[in-house]
Amino acid sequence: MLLSGAQILVEELVRNGVKTVFGYPGGTVLDIYDELYKNAHRLEHVISAHEQGAAHAADGYARVSGRTGVVIATSGPGATNLVTGIANAYLDSVPLVAITGNVAVSLLGRDSFQEVDIVGITQPIVKHSYIIRDVAELEFVVSEAFKIAGSGRKGPVLIDIPKSAQRDKCEYHGGFGFSAAPVPEVPDLTKALEAVSRCRKPYIYCGGGVVAAGAGDEVLSLSKRLSAPIGLSMMGLTAIPNSYGLNLGMCGMHGKYAATVAQSEADLMIAVGVRFSDRATGNIAEYTKSCTVIHIDIDDAELGKNVPSMIDLCGDAKVILTRLNEALPPMRNEEWVARVTELKKRDEAPGDDSFTPANIIRAVRESAGGDTVVATDVGQHQMWVMQHYAFEKPGTLLTSGGLGTMGFGLGAAIGGCIARGREKTVLFTGDGCFGMNLNELATAVSQKTPVLIILINNGVLGMVRQWQTMFYSERYSSTTLRRKTDFVKLAEAFGAAGRAVYTMDELREVLNGGLPEDGPFLAECRIDMNEMVFPMIPPGGSVKEIKLSQEMMI
Amino acid sequence: MSERFTIGLIVSNHFGVLNRIAGLYSKRGYNIDSLAVGVTEDPDISRMTIVSTGDEYIRSQVVKQLNKLHDVKLAVLLEEDKSLSVEHLLIKIKTNGDGNSGIAALVNEYGGKILDLGSNFLVADVTGRTERINEFIGKCVPLGILELCRSGNLALSVGTEKVLNINDFK
Repeated sequence: MLLSGAQILVEELVRNGVKTVFGYPGGTVLDIYDELYKNAHRLEHVISAHEQGAAHAADGYARVSGRTGVVIATSGPGATNLVTGIANAYLDSVPLVAITGNVAVSLLGRDSFQEVDIVGITQPIVKHSYIIRDVAELEFVVSEAFKIAGSGRKGPVLIDIPKSAQRDKCEYHGGFGFSAAPVPEVPDLTKALEAVSRCRKPYIYCGGGVVAAGAGDEVLSLSKRLSAPIGLSMMGLTAIPNSYGLNLGMCGMHGKYAATVAQSEADLMIAVGVRFSDRATGNIAEYTKSCTVIHIDIDDAELGKNVPSMIDLCGDAKVILTRLNEALPPMRNEEWVARVTELKKRDEAPGDDSFTPANIIRAVRESAGGDTVVATDVGQHQMWVMQHYAFEKPGTLLTSGGLGTMGFGLGAAIGGCIARGREKTVLFTGDGCFGMNLNELATAVSQKTPVLIILINNGVLGMVRQWQTMFYSERYSSTTLRRKTDFVKLAEAFGAAGRAVYTMDELREVLNGGLPEDGPFLAECRIDMNEMVFPMIPPGGSVKEIKLSQEMMI
Repeated sequence: MSERFTIGLIVSNHFGVLNRIAGLYSKRGYNIDSLAVGVTEDPDISRMTIVSTGDEYIRSQVVKQLNKLHDVKLAVLLEEDKSLSVEHLLIKIKTNGDGNSGIAALVNEYGGKILDLGSNFLVADVTGRTERINEFIGKCVPLGILELCRSGNLALSVGTEKVLNINDFK
């Protein structure tokens, strides 16, 4: 069958199971958009307000659906606007296929209108990329791109399609099949089993790799078998239910007290699907001083990259954990369990009903239940969500971990909401982050996505300001915003509804008051600018330097 | 301990591959001392030899990160005592009439060939291990080097272990 490149692209997207693509049209993708128009019945296109929003939406869609997200942008500025979104997906190992148009092959390399070398620009932040010089390459490339994005350690793949390759025709063969991935090999577990049998105080540290591998149940079995408490990286926060007794919550710079102290006291750490980011470990030498580390990861290059590893197990977390569970005898360790249970009490919340970030987040959780998808932006509000929102199910948290992208949240929430069939979704954001990509309110309205936006407004760039308070003698350089934005009117101007809330009672009124089912609602929560995130371990520090409150800062 | 090490790679022969590999080195902050690339008996596959400097951590990371690139079929560390490594030098040296015989003897001593000979210059082609090439260049400096060009190291494993046969990657 003789098809144009644009037709082949659409056929291959559909064949690879894509239901929804996010994007923004433009001069060099007109042929693709013409095919999207004709194929709207089998491939939904969601237009964003800005390509960055579309990239974050595809990212959020991928994290919620577990399928590869797709974003389309035109050449030049359309393509460069994707860069932050692609980098975000790369750092968080999210499967994404980004499709960009480019000028016709005959015009490439001549600085033509809206021409950029997007393959070159994105090279350090993709798993792989292609430029289609000949339409005959496209059929194979689309399938291969999906295979690369969604296998092993997942990540973004870029396909740059010059306009000529969209218009040219070639024979379409009905798609390439790839042979099923080989059964993952299980590494030798002897040393790991020995280390476990010697340990007295085991600790499991789970990251995004556990969520990606769907290995939460295996982690729970291991924890029960070894009486091992579990600490989570931010990317791994939804790996196991918050309600599980030995779940100590997030580790790291703003991690829970119990998670940090238990880690420092453990004599064995079983780290699964983590990459030991500097924000998670602090001082590496102190971090691993007292424990043997067993590191399980699908990416061999992560083993030994940041933490000098002792026992490396490269492979699929679910498979390796299953084998470990089969091979290990149950170990009761009442003393260690009692110790971590005691530590966990320090993290319990005070029982007042003041209008604080922690109480706001808990109230939203209470009304939303454990199945709702929650997106965040980046900064103080993000850390408060990690600390106080009780996640119960994998894939219900959309947050920018590795890149720390302010402005990620709204796009991601829209993408996540669409992946769930436009179910109610929550976005926690701050006034700084929301200001970065609030244009996507237009998308949330036009797409009829019921995103409840909890805007925690402190009038400052809170996390940067917190560092200025703690490490720069309160010299608040450019973090006090002095803006006069009326966020409720802003929401209304976009065709959404909103309300400013000042008390917990008002917040509960909003939450229980019949939120719109076909569009976003913005609840602006004004909080004190001096609220800070605690616990905090200063950068490069260890458990010895942990600050639990403002009083400990001096 | 920081030392020189050599990696042999089998890669796809498309445009952009060199860029991806060089980009990986610069992104991760590893240096490249030399890089040589050429097509194999299969026009779709190239073989590269990259020499860098680094400690055990860098050696292991470089190999693992290279093996993650889609266009890299295989990257292996070629240990110095288990590999053959040579470099190719083309050098244009000043001559002055009757002094030529000394230079010719030097080229001969290093197993080189004279490719071009003029009234006031000669071009020599010398192949050997990097240290030996360095030594030869050192001896040419006082004679007056007009220009030179080195290929970078080419390396193969000794014997039949770690053979990077392209038929294994098709």
